[in-house]
Amino acid sequence: MHLDHADTYPPRHTYGASGPHRPDGTRRALRIGLGGPVGSGKTATVAALCRALREQFSLAVVTNDIYTREDAEFLLRNAVLPPERITAVETGACPHTAIRDDISANLEAVEELEETVGPLDLILVESGGDNLTATFSKGLVDAQVFVIDVAGGDDIPRKGGPGVTTADLLVVNKTDLAPYVGSDLARMARDAEAQRGELPVAFTSLVAEDGVRPIADWVHARLAAWTAAPA
Amino acid sequence: MPTNETPPTPRDARGPAAGGLPMDLPPPRPSPQPRDSAPWTPGTPPPGGPDRARSGAEDVAVRRVVGAAGAGGGVPGGVGALLVLADGRFPAGGHAHSGGAEAAVAAGRIRDAVSLEAFCRGRLHTAGLTAAGLAAAAAAGLDPLALDDAADARTPSPVLRATARRLGRQLMRAARAAWPSPELDALAAARPRGAHQPVVLGLTARAAALGPPDAAYAAGYEAVSGPATAAVRLLSLDPFDATAVLARLAPELDQVVARAADAARRALDEGAGALPAASAPLLDIAAEQHATWSVRLFAS
Repeated sequence: MHLDHADTYPPRHTYGASGPHRPDGTRRALRIGLGGPVGSGKTATVAALCRALREQFSLAVVTNDIYTREDAEFLLRNAVLPPERITAVETGACPHTAIRDDISANLEAVEELEETVGPLDLILVESGGDNLTATFSKGLVDAQVFVIDVAGGDDIPRKGGPGVTTADLLVVNKTDLAPYVGSDLARMARDAEAQRGELPVAFTSLVAEDGVRPIADWVHARLAAWTAAPA
Repeated sequence: MPTNETPPTPRDARGPAAGGLPMDLPPPRPSPQPRDSAPWTPGTPPPGGPDRARSGAEDVAVRRVVGAAGAGGGVPGGVGALLVLADGRFPAGGHAHSGGAEAAVAAGRIRDAVSLEAFCRGRLHTAGLTAAGLAAAAAAGLDPLALDDAADARTPSPVLRATARRLGRQLMRAARAAWPSPELDALAAARPRGAHQPVVLGLTARAAALGPPDAAYAAGYEAVSGPATAAVRLLSLDPFDATAVLARLAPELDQVVARAADAARRALDEGAGALPAASAPLLDIAAEQHATWSVRLFAS
């Protein structure tokens, strides 16, 4: 920087994630965040997505465990990706802070993955299980998925909250359990539409054969849009 | 704020504090009269400090750029900038670290507000003082790479070295967004894996046109606010009690800042060896053990 230069700084000097390019000018990986309450199936979704997409795309995963490395270890144990493509971020008992208010550790993680395992098409950032208000910063991810399940109560879509209302994709998982827990899927769909308008909702049962398909299709579409965007 | 006198070493910091055992607290050095007798005040650049380590013209250029970037009529380097930098919500990754509190809680050394205060006091006068000295020296214009080496020499625990570098890199990201500066860019390029956090903190203060005492305040306060916040989460401690602990430690923070700023001033002539090298072996040992836990809430 020189005194004669304009005193406004180009966006890259902010070092946020919002810029879609790597330092060398190529388009960086699409970053998709997955949030939602504990036990709704975030890690299972990530694992299923990796299995469904890994042949076609270069993938990596960042997990934000609350107090262990269990999510990362689950993914490693199930060998959904080679170990060097999975990174765990520790969140100091505040998983929502790490994905929204202070994203520095997660940005370090995604950038390090891009540096160490080469050009990536997609990085999935899984949040630690949190409450219904947890959302990802736009400085960290390009799109976010919010995962709830029918067993958590069929009134969650009605209750709304930033995750349910604003996520780019709402996933209602464990539809196979609906009859056993007395959840009304039609009511959940109506409530979700009332909260979300045009934003999509996917009803899934990840235990079923190819149960992740609706989410994988959505990710496919996002990737196509990301790649097609002007460089 | 008295900066020209070296305060006496607090006796309670030498006792068996609940947290770190300050074994290596150096005796107060006989402080030579600084060349500039005018005391530094928070929110002002160091009197003549940077000019000794660099060309005055370059320094003016840096400050002008910073001033232009921080347009809006405010005074560059005012207390406002210090508040931004020292805010616990400054997005530089500190929230995931307990400053040794998690290990101390598990070992029973922090149980309540009283033991939290003892832990924080021990940390303030050891790791806090050392960090404050490094930060003040970086803000005063000492070579950040030499300071980075000095920080390594003052950090015997490999785990804490790695933590300091990781946090330094995270702070660098936030700092370059908040106060863009060629000096920050240069350090980031020279230490792509991260420089020690207190060095980056001091250079950030410099980029914000803050003075060495300001940098020392940010470092020293962080040394106690981190464990206090963590103890609230770990013990469900009453947050009012934890904040009262910090308030009671504030006068000692002033003393630590005075020592750190005085040492930084001497370091301009004598080199980084003049900076405090107080350490807390129990903090180092506990940090090494903590890093091996498989279940923990905090990264350090």
